[in-house]
Amino acid sequence: MSFELTKLPYAYDALEPYIDAQTMEIHHQKHHGAYTNNLNAAVQGTAMEGKTIEQLLAGISALPVAVRNNGGGFYNHNLYWEIMAPGGAPAPEGDLAKAIDAAFGSYKEFKDAFTKAALTRFGSGWAWLVKQGDSLVISSTPNQDNPLMDLAEVKGTPILGVDVWEHAYYLKYQNRRPDYVEAFFSVINWDEVAKRFKG
Amino acid sequence: MSFTLPPLPYAIDALEPYISAKTLEFHHGKHHQAYVTNVNNLIVGTEFENANLETIIKKAEGGIFNNGAQVYNHTFYFEQFSPKAATEPSGALKAAIEKSFGSFDAFKEAFTKAAATLFGSGWVWLVKDATGALSIVQTSNAGCPLRDGLTPLMTCDVWEHAYYLDKQNLRPKYIEDFWKILDWKVVEGRF
Ligand SMILES: [Fe+2]
Repeated sequence: MSFELTKLPYAYDALEPYIDAQTMEIHHQKHHGAYTNNLNAAVQGTAMEGKTIEQLLAGISALPVAVRNNGGGFYNHNLYWEIMAPGGAPAPEGDLAKAIDAAFGSYKEFKDAFTKAALTRFGSGWAWLVKQGDSLVISSTPNQDNPLMDLAEVKGTPILGVDVWEHAYYLKYQNRRPDYVEAFFSVINWDEVAKRFKG
Repeated sequence: MSFTLPPLPYAIDALEPYISAKTLEFHHGKHHQAYVTNVNNLIVGTEFENANLETIIKKAEGGIFNNGAQVYNHTFYFEQFSPKAATEPSGALKAAIEKSFGSFDAFKEAFTKAAATLFGSGWVWLVKDATGALSIVQTSNAGCPLRDGLTPLMTCDVWEHAYYLDKQNLRPKYIEDFWKILDWKVVEGRF
């Protein structure tokens, strides 16, 4: 069994004007597609074949760097596409909203802290909202690392993530990462994030 | 000391069609400029307030290192291009490359591979060590060989911002074009 590049749950232009169709298409087909192919090539014919992506990430420190980079890229982009949607709720609700208030004080303080994590990640990487038990923390990781990896500084289950590799925003926003991160908040699928929070 | 953005040593469209004017407008006018502005702001009131870039690269950490090294790296990168580039090394540099890599073609192949496979953001360098031997090194993000006591001779920026407007995900195409504007006369001067 090999890993497959899943289709987006919406059209490439569905997140316009926040994320443009050309960016979405290249990001999904070329970047995510390459991570998927390279992951398959790295695990094929080894003892890793047949393991789930979560199993691979949990023991990543003992695996080849190609699995860390491409397995991370495969998982992270799957999450990224799913936690976005056109016309989602403007803010979290219910238990997730309560957990965010408990962890950060308010939605506004959460948004500021998450934005800061996304803007201060130097180079390529991701910013995350991470579930640890019933609690929530914010972290960021370099390149395609993520909080499911045993080598991550902050470990837990990522329930929201923003890609801050330049390929995620350069065609539309160029050097203006802050504008991209602000726009990202307009397309978060909070229902999906709440589902992941529930577990 | 306060750093200033050095102007490009050629017109903004001089590297077309290999590197577009639009890419240079952002790469030099926005990214390089931001690193200059950031390092100037960050050093105020620190031990690096009067330091030169080499000292910052060797001793600083965090934001001061990142921005200071990126000022140096980008100046070094932009200076080595020319629309009328000498596309092959000559003389002592050519001999040194052949000694370290076997041939110029073997060097080009190894450097191209290093640039294509660096994962994430960073730089690939041709460097000279204290014995005069040449080698290829990869550095992540703002990494600079000066920090390790090596002398940089030439570099390729593989941050996506260096090529994304022109080539998108096709980094190998950017590296292929890089060789067409890299001026070995400049590299020889550094050597
Ligand atoms: Fe990405």
